[in-house]
Amino acid sequence: MRKAFGPLAAITGLMFAGAPFMVARAPYESSMGLVQKIFYFHVPSWFAMFTAIGVCGVASLFHLFKTSPRADRIAEAAGEIAVLFGLMGLVTGPLWGRKAWGVWWIWDAKLTIALLLEMTFISGILVRKYGGPGSDKLAAAVGIFGLAVVPFVYQAVNIWRTIHPLTSVVPTLPATMGGPFWFCVAAYMLLLVVLLMMRVNLGKRQAALDELYLAYED
Amino acid sequence: MSLRRLLIALTTFVLLSAPAFALQPPPGQSEFVPVDSVPLSDQLPAAPLLVTAYAFVWIAAMVYVWSIWRRLNKVEDEMRALAQKMPRR
Repeated sequence: MRKAFGPLAAITGLMFAGAPFMVARAPYESSMGLVQKIFYFHVPSWFAMFTAIGVCGVASLFHLFKTSPRADRIAEAAGEIAVLFGLMGLVTGPLWGRKAWGVWWIWDAKLTIALLLEMTFISGILVRKYGGPGSDKLAAAVGIFGLAVVPFVYQAVNIWRTIHPLTSVVPTLPATMGGPFWFCVAAYMLLLVVLLMMRVNLGKRQAALDELYLAYED
Repeated sequence: MSLRRLLIALTTFVLLSAPAFALQPPPGQSEFVPVDSVPLSDQLPAAPLLVTAYAFVWIAAMVYVWSIWRRLNKVEDEMRALAQKMPRR
């Protein structure tokens, strides 16, 4: 896995550098024009966030019922990365909305529930940092709760009447828009893998340091 | 001869007067008319928003990588310091 890190990081960097060229070649959307191209960075951010939450949720389940430090490290890393990708989605979205809707933010169901999901995972980080002994189990519960919220965030546009574009937009993309879009999704997924590897390694070293402290005290 | 000169002078006057009148500045605005939407030329340009979105993604990823690197360095430094303090067995 460690050997794969360098090539993966290099490919991710190249893909992110090449993404603007792919996006520039994509056609303009008929009603929104140029600003719709934020879609190529905005939607993959959420896809990456949902994937990170999936990893966090499964690892949290494992840790909650089997008490596995390794699963806990993965859950901690994935939860933190979910916050990063959520932040990307929450910043790129208003930049798009400002031009498309005329406002930075609107308290509609989709946007509000997405913000709540982000806050859920921020609370997970805070629980780990300030929760004291047993906070890993509490954070695992938060991770599982976050995973349960994801389908509602994704389906919010279909459940409630909102101003946000529907989920049917992605499956119906023409090939000229679908190519750059899936390229960006692949770049974000690779970034997720690279960051996850880095963050899990940090957790491993922190665990080794804790063991060293215990050995020193003995 | 004088009639011919007169005709030339009149024709020149007519031909020059048309552009002279045409080049007059338009009349000043006599009233302000309100509209509900911003004129197209004044609308927010999309390019800076698009560039900001892409730049933010890069900056956020780079800051996160830097934070991991910083935390890892801190842990490694602490481990080295602790290893030096520990008695050799």
